Amino acid sequence: MKIELLCALIPLFPLVGFLINGLGFRRVPTGLVGFIATAAVLASFLISISLFLGFQAEAGPQIATLFDWISVGDLHINFSFQIDQLSLLMLLVVTGVGSLIHLYSIGYMHHDEGFGKFMAFLNLFIFFMLLLVMGSNYVIMFIGWEGVGLCSYLLIGFWNKNTSYNNAARKAFVMNRIGDLGFLLGIFLIINTFGTVEYLDVFKQATSLGMGDKTILAITLLLFVGAMGKSAQIPLYTWLPDAMAGPTPVSALIHAATMVTAGIYMVVRSNVLYTLSPLTLEIIGGIAIATALLAASIGLLQNDIKKVLAYSTVSQLGYMFLGLSATAYTAGMFHVITHAFFKALLFLGAGSVIHAMSDEQDIRKMGGLRKALPITFFTFLLGTWAISGIPPLAGFFSKDEILAHVYEHSKLLWALGVLGSGLTSFYMFRLLFLTFFGEFRGTDEQKHHLHESPLTMTLPLMILAVLSVVGGALNLPGGGWLSHFMEPLFEGSRQVNPEAFAEGAIDHSTEYMLMAISSGVAIVSLIIAYVMYISRGAVPASDSAERSLPEQVVYNKYYVDELYDTIIVRPIRGLGDALYSFGEGLVDGVVNGVAWLVRQGSAQLRLLQNGSIGFYVLAMVVSIVLIFAFRFFIRL
Amino acid sequence: MLTLFLIFYPVVAATLILLIRGERIKQAALVAALVELAIAGAALVSFKPDASSQFGFDYAWIGSLGIRFSAGIDGISILLVLLTGLLVPFIILSTFNRSYKQPATFYALMLYMQAALMGVFTARDGFLFYLFFEAALIPIYFLAAMWGGENRIPVTFKFFVYTIFGSLFMLVALVYLYYQTPATLTAPHSAAIADFYKLKLTPEAQNWLFWAFFIAFAIKMPVFPFHTWQPDTYVESPTPATMLLAGIMLKMGVYGLIRFILPIVPLGVEAWGKTAIILSVIGIVYGSIIAIRQRDMKRLIAYSSFSHVGLMAAGVFSQTETGMQGALVQMLAHGINVVGMFFVADVIFSRTNTRQLDQLGGITQSTPKLTVFFMIMLLGSVALPLTNGFVGEFLLLHGVFTSNHYLGLAAGFTIIFGAVYMLRLFQKSMFGSTTSRTETFADLTSSESWVFIPLVVMVFWIGVYPNTFLELTQPAVVNLMKYIGTTAVSMK
Repeated sequence: MKIELLCALIPLFPLVGFLINGLGFRRVPTGLVGFIATAAVLASFLISISLFLGFQAEAGPQIATLFDWISVGDLHINFSFQIDQLSLLMLLVVTGVGSLIHLYSIGYMHHDEGFGKFMAFLNLFIFFMLLLVMGSNYVIMFIGWEGVGLCSYLLIGFWNKNTSYNNAARKAFVMNRIGDLGFLLGIFLIINTFGTVEYLDVFKQATSLGMGDKTILAITLLLFVGAMGKSAQIPLYTWLPDAMAGPTPVSALIHAATMVTAGIYMVVRSNVLYTLSPLTLEIIGGIAIATALLAASIGLLQNDIKKVLAYSTVSQLGYMFLGLSATAYTAGMFHVITHAFFKALLFLGAGSVIHAMSDEQDIRKMGGLRKALPITFFTFLLGTWAISGIPPLAGFFSKDEILAHVYEHSKLLWALGVLGSGLTSFYMFRLLFLTFFGEFRGTDEQKHHLHESPLTMTLPLMILAVLSVVGGALNLPGGGWLSHFMEPLFEGSRQVNPEAFAEGAIDHSTEYMLMAISSGVAIVSLIIAYVMYISRGAVPASDSAERSLPEQVVYNKYYVDELYDTIIVRPIRGLGDALYSFGEGLVDGVVNGVAWLVRQGSAQLRLLQNGSIGFYVLAMVVSIVLIFAFRFFIRL
Repeated sequence: MLTLFLIFYPVVAATLILLIRGERIKQAALVAALVELAIAGAALVSFKPDASSQFGFDYAWIGSLGIRFSAGIDGISILLVLLTGLLVPFIILSTFNRSYKQPATFYALMLYMQAALMGVFTARDGFLFYLFFEAALIPIYFLAAMWGGENRIPVTFKFFVYTIFGSLFMLVALVYLYYQTPATLTAPHSAAIADFYKLKLTPEAQNWLFWAFFIAFAIKMPVFPFHTWQPDTYVESPTPATMLLAGIMLKMGVYGLIRFILPIVPLGVEAWGKTAIILSVIGIVYGSIIAIRQRDMKRLIAYSSFSHVGLMAAGVFSQTETGMQGALVQMLAHGINVVGMFFVADVIFSRTNTRQLDQLGGITQSTPKLTVFFMIMLLGSVALPLTNGFVGEFLLLHGVFTSNHYLGLAAGFTIIFGAVYMLRLFQKSMFGSTTSRTETFADLTSSESWVFIPLVVMVFWIGVYPNTFLELTQPAVVNLMKYIGTTAVSMK
């Protein structure tokens, strides 16, 4: 089949699924809703596999142009897709993990009265996510970029009777829009610099520019502002924890496995531009490590099972950017992939727990669940193991690869990265122990109700668990498959800055030592968590308990939400009120003042109309003379 | 000749409607407007996408003075002709579940309004343009003053005086331009807009002409700080009149910028264009920040419209091809979106008797249709890609950004603040729990759905395949840009 058709079909299936379930909401039978939605994504997955298998690296990227979308003057923005190593990887992750989460949602959501609507929104999300990763230019990426933001909004506020959920949804959309403005300005600068938005053309022209070019610096920073919003980096990260208001499959799909990694995808896609701008990479590195540590430290004290996972997502995204900042683009993508496996697994596992606990999310009220939910427990254990970076599970390999590259780049960043990985291991095992070990701390009613989830939910857990275990094999140390596969993507980067891609800057013994240190730190954290929460059986204090000042600050997430509220939200509201009540009055006052002056003036002029014929004749004569004078002298 | 029909057919139809007595007035008005839409559609289909003026007519009017009755459609006009033809039938349809006293007069005035608007967008003679520009004010004034809310008398009076005041400046400018055109003993001066383009005006003259035109158009759109008539007028007018005002009439101002200011006074634009962009950008931010805090649905949409039109003005003054094309497409898109949004407010008001957001909530629970249509109109308004608003705003912001990076950034805040106030509007009315006023909210009737359906089709058509429209305007814009470039050079 022609590549255009195949490419068009991939996003078309979920779009059709969305239309059927969306327009036929409440008319399509419940049994069919889940089937249609899941089959649509599965169909895209199968086509993606066929594209992947048929892909020939030697032939280079394939462009499938559907139509000319926006044309103004010399600027042509095509509606077209690009199939290459990067889009194929993302396609497989999005549709693969997406299919599993759709399947899971059937079990998790089918009792909800908005089930059809929910599945429709999930399909719409997949549609936009596919545009995002398949587009062959920045504007198509931007369609997906904003579209996934819309779906995120719709799904966070899915239970729209609840005002705090609605507020969380709105916050997510608006914060993403702040990032999107940066992205948009970045696109404008690309248009004005290169005259095109097509990746291949832009990157080809970019390779002839010098390192540290000022325009490239501006472009990369602006695009990165977009990534900060979408991938929840400081300062635009606070929407992601709030986004946990959405149903759990949404958290797994959108707010862990796929959408939030769009920023990493964008940087890897634009790797030539980022390689050209070392200063941008430095800035990304600083923001990334700060985000990773900040989020990890907040995760230490959270008691909501989903909030812990949310902060861990923010933190892991920080690691991915950390890798990118050391030009370890492959390692960053590697972590995107393994993270999609284990974080989707963890969220779905959390969903299974919440399902069993009758919507309870507070881990202080759980405990001992491993007996009642054996499959959930075992898979959750594997997910925790994987994310903690303890060998030999997937997370170890990808995180280790990032840290190894960071070590070459900066020892300080590496040390901080290892520290963060220790924190990760601690809060994840704390979560695991508090949830699944010890005594049950919930109500009798909940205890009575405890049950393992149905197969539609546990099957995705098992598949993702297997992937989390073996995912590391994708890129074993010392030149794995992924590195080889992705190599052509970095041709341009290698050309502009060969040193950044020099082989083997660190020898193998150092590399093994680094591995040993980071996994050692993770294991020590595990042991500390074990001692605290299993041996001593500690349970986190209630919300109202006395806390030391530092603990208080961390427990309240460093008061960042309150800070934003004080320095941004409230001033804007105040300004709005002030402009409305005073500003408008002032402007209007000036207008009325002018009107008043005119009235006064006309009152004076009225005196001229005094009824005396003689005066009128005089006025006429004077006017005629003036008009003639005007025409005669002035118009010469 | 099509243009002649476009202008005079509604006048005839309106006059006939005035003669009808009885029940069928609404239907007759709708049919009349649909016929006009068909004529506009015929013009659109047979329009040749080049820079020429088509379907025109040209008669001597005041022959001895060289003032001619001359009109036609070119690439700058075509989308506005389409907009005027497209919106009026659906604005009429939007009144089918409401009752207005003296319906014959009400609908006749809407059609007179349409005729005047068609005249404004197609006139090729300066004085004819002025005539229609003022004529459009009369029906809308009566619509607002006779069928408006409690405060209508002072509010519409202010609106009337304010806009008349603005157009007087334009009249002075037109008279001046008229006398600048060459005349001999046998051939009088000319008021043809095309002849105005040929004038070589001094920089001093261009400066004051710029302001004379700009004030007239800026009041009409409105651009900050000439906007204070607008929110009150939008709120007090009956919704169909508000739709005419916001959907079509304000585009007279943007159209005027493109038709008169840019080509006639390029040096004036060079001197003052930046000031105009700054005022427009202030309006964008100022309007949207105020919109964030509004409690009345109509007033919120009014401020949002004020903010959006600022971007169009800024895009035009950026004097870039993207800014200009963006403005033309956005005029069409904004007309569609703002009519949709005002209709949402009207539907909600008709069922709850309030427009206050804090008395609303939970409407979505009983209204799947309204929810979907409202959401789509909202997405168009916040310029989500693949909707109509995106194409316009993308091009406009690119234009402004190209002319000045910082102004582009400031104008870009519209996409953030727009999301804030629109989502707030949606959340406060549709989500949350129901209130005593929204408990028994009935979903859209079929005639109400049929107002939204064509609007939604247009939202996605323009969003997914904008080239249908961009191709129509492109040659005229290229021509205009080239013209501005060369005249500005030759005048120096």
